[in-house]
Amino acid sequence: MKRDIILAGVGGQGILSIAATIGTAALDNGLHLKQAEVHGMSQRGGDVQSHLRISSKEIASDLIPAGKVDIIISVEPMESLRYLPWLSKDGWLVTNTQPFVNIPNYPEVEEVMDKVKALPKHIAIDADKIAKDLGSPKSANIVILGAASPFLEMDTEAFENALRKIFGSKGEDVVNANIEAFRAGLKHAQKNQ
Amino acid sequence: MQKLLLLGDEAIAQGAIDAGLSGIYAYPGTPSTEITEYVQRSKEAKERKIRSDWSANEKTAMESALGMSYAGKRAMVCMKHVGLNVAADAFVNSTITGANGGLIIVSADDPSMHSSQNEQDSRFYGKFSFMPILEPTNQQEAYDMVHYGFEMSERNKIPVLLRITTRLAHSRAGVARKELNDQNEVKLPDNLTQFVLLPSIARKQYKVLLENQETLENESRESGFNKYFEGNDKSLGIITCGLAYNYLMENYSDEKLNYPLLKVGQYPIPKDMVEKIYDECDELIIMEDGYPILEELVRGFLNKGKVIKGRLDGSIPRDGELNPNIVARALGLTDEVGEPVPPFVVGRPPSLCKGCSHTDSFQALNEALGKYSPGRVFSDIGCYTLSALKPLESINTCVDMGASITMAMGAADAGLVPAVAAIGDSTFTHSGMTGLLDAVNNNSPITVLILDNATTGMTGGQKSSALGRIESICIGLGVEEEHIRILKPLAKNHEENVKIMEEEFEYNGVSVIIPRRECIQTLNKRMRAKHKAKKLEQK
Ligand SMILES: Cc1ncc(C[n+]2csc(CCOP(=O)(O)OP(=O)(O)O)c2C)c(N)n1
Ligand code: SF4
Repeated sequence: MKRDIILAGVGGQGILSIAATIGTAALDNGLHLKQAEVHGMSQRGGDVQSHLRISSKEIASDLIPAGKVDIIISVEPMESLRYLPWLSKDGWLVTNTQPFVNIPNYPEVEEVMDKVKALPKHIAIDADKIAKDLGSPKSANIVILGAASPFLEMDTEAFENALRKIFGSKGEDVVNANIEAFRAGLKHAQKNQ
Repeated sequence: MQKLLLLGDEAIAQGAIDAGLSGIYAYPGTPSTEITEYVQRSKEAKERKIRSDWSANEKTAMESALGMSYAGKRAMVCMKHVGLNVAADAFVNSTITGANGGLIIVSADDPSMHSSQNEQDSRFYGKFSFMPILEPTNQQEAYDMVHYGFEMSERNKIPVLLRITTRLAHSRAGVARKELNDQNEVKLPDNLTQFVLLPSIARKQYKVLLENQETLENESRESGFNKYFEGNDKSLGIITCGLAYNYLMENYSDEKLNYPLLKVGQYPIPKDMVEKIYDECDELIIMEDGYPILEELVRGFLNKGKVIKGRLDGSIPRDGELNPNIVARALGLTDEVGEPVPPFVVGRPPSLCKGCSHTDSFQALNEALGKYSPGRVFSDIGCYTLSALKPLESINTCVDMGASITMAMGAADAGLVPAVAAIGDSTFTHSGMTGLLDAVNNNSPITVLILDNATTGMTGGQKSSALGRIESICIGLGVEEEHIRILKPLAKNHEENVKIMEEEFEYNGVSVIIPRRECIQTLNKRMRAKHKAKKLEQK
């Protein structure tokens, strides 16, 4: 088993929580893991990405070669497209549809979404709306994780246990909100795959 | 014991704690900051009373650690690569004094300049100073090298340089821990003149240092960090180090690598290992993240006419960090890249946070400078450097920490009056104070803005050495009290702030303006912690 993942978004959108959840689930499954994060300058409202690799075999490189990514998981639509050179021919792109506009020259949202929808394997999901409807607007990132989970080759229970571990210190309510968000994302993916 | 999932930086910190560290000294700088922060947060480090507060700059950090080593205990210094320029005087001389307690200097390079103004390679400093260098390829090796490094440092009475790069510093993987060592007791050097670098003593010590190079080369041969892998296909030999080794192996994850391979993890490199691969292969390719230092070494060792490929002959790009695809292309392997980035995807540069005090300060500055010709704001390094970009476009220089005040002084000497310096509070105590003394002694007609947000914002909000001391430092350095002006950078104070700046531009001497308002990020962090403490209390 081997999954090479790029997580994408804008500084502060919570991609590291997604990474931590997948990472915890992978470790609990006895898998190897490498995760390259971006810290520093680019965190201040700039684009951020993380290369996350999980495998049953030892992993050599911290960076994933271009053209070899199995799945791009993005909390922002334009950011999801920034990493297309990494995506393999039969890779999946899972993205939030809600743009994060903090630059004056953000492209037309329609143009962005048309490109996403032109990809043969994609899941586009309005995670912000789903999270808001669930009453926990902060867990949009976990909705996205839920939508991406069918492609990660680990079972739902592993992810939910990981969410319990990651958010456990914040109390039962936060844990449950995130598990609900995860399930909502998963349901959406199953319907739209 | 279960493996810990650690960043490369954290693996180094945990390794140091476990190896019997007594003190870590550092000034923050991406990508090295998390080493010291890990020790500061560690319960074990607290129980073991390991000192870990931030230093004012990299030079003071280096010297403090050297002092701890003098007294016989294990010390670590951490910095980003350009920090080594600041620490260089102490660093270079520390191989002449030698060490007593184990001393490791960690310098984190940033090839491709993810968060830096250059991509200098710290290994040059190691070579220049005759200091042994360790260069890990992964988190586990980083952990192990700290243990080995302290032992080697004590065995050979010499400081050790641990060189890492951004990708290792900020990448996570599983790390297995070793047993916890006790800390050393205080024990002074056997020779109490060892650290006295009078020429007569330094000359002797330098000879010893040169003589010891052979022993250090033997250490490199025997430690296991330099490895020779035999291969049947001798048409090419590969020499590699650091993360380049991982990128190479990534390209051979499904098939066996058949070329002879020398993996370098410790310097000085044993000459015979290099000779062996040169002699048995038709051509060599050298892959390293950073400057072509191995490549130049190998060319220098044996210039006997064979083709040596690398960054110098263009087989690998001369600048920027490596990745698996660059390595594949250099080896003539196929590398398939996915679709190109659609043209409408635009850059998303970092920007000042919403509500940042720097925005208000520079809006006032832009207006106050309105009546003068443009191009007179000398700035420094910190979050406020982002004011060079749209929409503010306020500053004209950013060179090295502390350069703002002294460059403004030089420009004023040349006749550019008024000249303005803009410097953050942490940068001011890092290396702005001595420049301000120069300006005062020179009676320069400059206005210095010390942007006091009560923290080291750029690197994530570490405690600033300047906290609560800025006015008294300025007065102590001789700035006249009536020309030290404090203002609160808020939109509602805009008119008043512009007026204060205009007044000081007119003054024909050194004035200091201190816009003071806490960084939004540290303020929020503080409020959250307070809220949490209150909640706990109520429970
Ligand atoms: C010699 C050196 N050391 C460290 C750094 C990393 N660094 C860049 S800016 C900065 C601190 C800036 O703090 P401050 O001056 O208070 O400004 P702020 O970011 O808070 O606005 C640091 C540590 C560097 N660029 N050069
Ligand atoms: S981190 Fe603080 S100093 Fe830096 S931009 Fe944000 S608010 Fe301003």
